Amino acid sequence: MTSLSSCEAVAEPSPGGLGWLLEQRVLLSIAVLAVLPWLLPSQALAVNVLIYGVVVMGYNLLFGYTGLLSFGQAAFFGAGAYFTGIAIGRYGVPWFAAVPIAVGLSTCLAAAIGIVSTRTRGIYFSMVTLALAQLVYYVALQASSFTGGENGLRGFTVDRISLFGLPVNFLDPVNKYYVLMVFAALAMWFQSRILNSPFGAVIEAIRENEQRARACGYDVERSKLIVFMLSGAISSLGGCMLALHLSIVPLDILHYQTSGMIVMMVLLGGARSFFGPFVGAASFLILEDVISLWTPHWQIFVGAIFVLFVLFLPKGIWGTLADVVGIGKARQ
Amino acid sequence: MDLSLIIMQLLSGIALGAVLVITALGLTIVFGMLGVVNFAHGALFMIGAYAGLYLASLTGSFWWGLLLAPILIGAFGMLIEFVLIRRLYGRSIDDPLLLTFGLSYVLVEGVRIVFGSDGIPFPTPPQLIGVLDLGIGFFPRYRLFVIALVAVVLLVLWLTLEKTRVGLIVRAGARDPTIMQVLGVDIGRVWLAIFGLGVGLAALGGVLAGPMRSVNPEMGALVLAEAFVVTVIGGLGSIVGAVVAGLMVGISISMVALFAPEMATIVMFALMAVVLLIRPQGLFGVRGRTA
Repeated sequence: MTSLSSCEAVAEPSPGGLGWLLEQRVLLSIAVLAVLPWLLPSQALAVNVLIYGVVVMGYNLLFGYTGLLSFGQAAFFGAGAYFTGIAIGRYGVPWFAAVPIAVGLSTCLAAAIGIVSTRTRGIYFSMVTLALAQLVYYVALQASSFTGGENGLRGFTVDRISLFGLPVNFLDPVNKYYVLMVFAALAMWFQSRILNSPFGAVIEAIRENEQRARACGYDVERSKLIVFMLSGAISSLGGCMLALHLSIVPLDILHYQTSGMIVMMVLLGGARSFFGPFVGAASFLILEDVISLWTPHWQIFVGAIFVLFVLFLPKGIWGTLADVVGIGKARQ
Repeated sequence: MDLSLIIMQLLSGIALGAVLVITALGLTIVFGMLGVVNFAHGALFMIGAYAGLYLASLTGSFWWGLLLAPILIGAFGMLIEFVLIRRLYGRSIDDPLLLTFGLSYVLVEGVRIVFGSDGIPFPTPPQLIGVLDLGIGFFPRYRLFVIALVAVVLLVLWLTLEKTRVGLIVRAGARDPTIMQVLGVDIGRVWLAIFGLGVGLAALGGVLAGPMRSVNPEMGALVLAEAFVVTVIGGLGSIVGAVVAGLMVGISISMVALFAPEMATIVMFALMAVVLLIRPQGLFGVRGRTA
């Protein structure tokens, strides 16, 4: 954390040694993600880690770095997926154009929800984001001619794509994984840039002490709205990836259980850290995968494990590990 | 559209609102005292409905279910406060919220294991089946009963809070828990009781809603969102706010359902957004803590 005795928002100096390696966090993450399909039991799991990792990373900007506990991130995850599907299926937009369009529209949605919800603080913010995200869920349920309602959105299968004139079979899981990984890499680079910028220091100052940040002359309300939109934009990119991956968008993606799952993932992995979201998404999904092998009631275990984490490991897996090894402190 | 239809719809709205009031009241009382928003409130509402159903079939009478389910689930709520939530006082305000959210996962899945994932019909008690002729139209007896019962519960709660010694301690504890401890009140016990009361009210809401909605493990999710909307509109921590906003939301849903059914689920969220833009702390909320 930047020293709070000064009001100047500056990026921190680079540490040496192991810290230097972690400094290359984007490259490091890409390296790990590149071999992930061979580390995990199934390709499908790896793709999900990629997608949820991006969604949770965007959410971490809001929760971990700004300290705003939103329970409505599913709205943007879902919006990204729905807008991608509708653009491709209904309007025949090519897939590479559908993604930026979907992210742009989702960011507008984040602006609308953000304007209302960032007027509130603390617990109110959590309740209001949850309620507004449920509103998005019911709108999607009712507008079934656009969204397919309860059956979800179908009919926009992307099976063959062309990368710089090179035809790629998008149904092949390995090809799909690496194409989607490019999006994840872009999102990580973007997030890293935000965190290294003076704005990144301002949002952390807001988390540490809102009054003080305001007294220092920073426009707290505007910063919160901007971070809400940035967070929504990154999470919606995860939604675009999901739509391209599944070729359907289930309505459940907008449900508050999905928002809750995002919250669980960031806490399991460790909020306030760059690697936490991917660690959290991977742990959650592996846990789900393993437990559901022997019981369909995996949620009871995941819920209980989450409760134990809140009680005993509030910094999550990565945050606790980093504390034990003594590296993460500088970057948290 | 004739007037009697509108009046009947208004009554339906009040019955719907009455359940919302009871549920939101549990949430708001706990927040007002403990500063904790219980994200498992919806799940406990659902468990209340199941408990009412189970106890009613066990004893053969709806009335035992109605009486015992809130007491039992309220006691269960006290156990939750004692074992889990108590550890989190003094930590970040987000922690109890996160913990109760995780707990709601466990509770919902637990009910799925015990009672199955499918919905179960909740029979209306035989004495309250059918409709009553109000002169201008026919209205379900059960809904009139719900309105009357909620009115009685509200009256009892109000009298307890305003006219008794216990109520005095509770109100003072909400204002300043530290001073209460200095004065020799065991604030931990007050919090335990209040959390139990809040959960008991959720369970009561669940039993009352049972015959009006279908009982299934997922019913809590919608209820939680509804209760949040009501408390945000009324002002978190305000009992009057919960009552006024609960009725307002119930009536709005019911009236909109008459003119534009597809908008019925959406209207309460729109109402909340408007209130937040005009008055971020809610209609009866106090500025500072939340907005």
